Order: sequence, then structure tokens, then C-alpha cells
Amino acid sequence: MTMKSSTRQVDGVTIVDLSGRITLGEGSVILRDAVRDLLSKGQKKILLNLGDVNYIDSSGIGELVSAFTTVRNQGGELKLLNLTKKVHDLLQITKLYTVFDVKDDEAAAVKSFS
Amino acid sequence: MSAQRVAYTLDSTLETVNSAEETAGRMATEAGFEDEEVMKISMAVREAAVNAVLHGNAYDPGKKVSLAFERIGSDLVITIRDQGHGLDLSKIPDPLAPENLLKTSGRGIFLIRSFMDEVHIHPTQTGTEIKLVKHVHGSAAGGKEASQ
Repeated sequence: MTMKSSTRQVDGVTIVDLSGRITLGEGSVILRDAVRDLLSKGQKKILLNLGDVNYIDSSGIGELVSAFTTVRNQGGELKLLNLTKKVHDLLQITKLYTVFDVKDDEAAAVKSFS
Repeated sequence: MSAQRVAYTLDSTLETVNSAEETAGRMATEAGFEDEEVMKISMAVREAAVNAVLHGNAYDPGKKVSLAFERIGSDLVITIRDQGHGLDLSKIPDPLAPENLLKTSGRGIFLIRSFMDEVHIHPTQTGTEIKLVKHVHGSAAGGKEASQ
């Protein structure tokens, strides 16, 4: 299953709903393009909803890190929402779980943006 | 205990990476692993295939990736070989070091070691061979690594 991405606005926060696989190739490119597109429009409060992301490889992890640092370097915030167990476990073993701001409730996550 | 071996020679493409992952999942399932272990094995093979295609052979259409699955006793043994210049293990940084946490690459070998019981990496000037071992009955807790 390839990755799909769609965006919606909630109280000034852009929620990116992702589904499928974030892996080397198409999945990573779709995520990269989505974040670049938002930043180019000045949308710097970004919540990545990973609830339907069922697989991620090391390239996908790298893409998440790249998105996080790119947004932060432009004065924005990028947070993660609704991790599946697989993605949660991957972020734990790579010690990235504490690097990312991870949320499990969308409304609370939206409110958490400064 | 009978030994079974299935081997493939594949092009240096992204399709090879996906094919290796899918085949590993099928082989691991047939070997009797639980779903979570199947996922770990297929992901380890995917990462090894990415290394072979991307870093080893650098997508060179003239270079091939060899992939072999073997049942040896109670082990599933997977061997992936590329035709690159040989992986320099000394240049692989620790992805868990604080200064490396925000790097966008360098986690593949770490994930492979995390998911398999044994990992043997054998780099030569004509390519790198990586052998992944998973014990069917999971006698090892956590990854063990031995470089040759």
C-alpha cells in the first residue's frame, strides 16, 4: 500500500492525515513534499496524524526527523499524533520518542500549539 | 533436520527492496514465526536490501543483489550480498548517541541488529555480505551481533 496524505485546518493548526507506508521512495517523498508545501504557505503549526501509518522504515524515520528539524528551523512546531504500536516501538528503540512531541488526543494536541 | 535453501539474484532497484521484504515475510511465516517476529524479520531484510541497493550497488544496473533464505536446523538464515566497494563498519555512527539523534540516516544497521538474533557483516572490496539469523524458537533475547 502506498502512502496517502491529506491536510485540514483546525484552530490555526494544520493536521496532515497520513496513511499507508512511509518508506524509502514514494512514501518518504510524499511526506517531504507535504511539509515543504505547508511551510511555503506559511503554515508552521503542523500535526502529523500517523494513526493509519502501518509501516515505517529507517528512511521513513529519517524523513520524520527531517520534517521535525526543518519546521523547527523555520520557527514552527511539528508534533506527532496517534502512533500505531509499530511506529511507537520504532521511535522508542531509536530514542526518538522523547525527541518528538507525541500526542494521542487530537483536540488536546491542537490546543498544545503555542 | 533437513536444510532448505532458496536463492535469488536481483537488480539494484527499489523493486528489489520491496520484493526482498515481501519474500522474507512469506519465508518467516512458513518457518512458523509469530506475526510480530515476521514483521521484525521482514523489516531487517528490507533494511539490509536498502543498504545493498542504495549504499552498496548505488543503483548501478550492472550490479546485482544476491538474496538467499535457508532453514538450518531451527534457524532461519538470510544472506544478502551486494557488489559494491564494501561497507566500512568504522564509519557507521551510533544512532543513539545524543549528537546523532537528529540525523536523517544511519539507523538501518542498528534496526537490523535490534530485530535479529545474530548479525554477521562481512565487507570485502568486491561487496558486502550480511547474514541474518533468527532462531525459530527464540532462544536469544535481544540482538546479538558478531562481525567477521
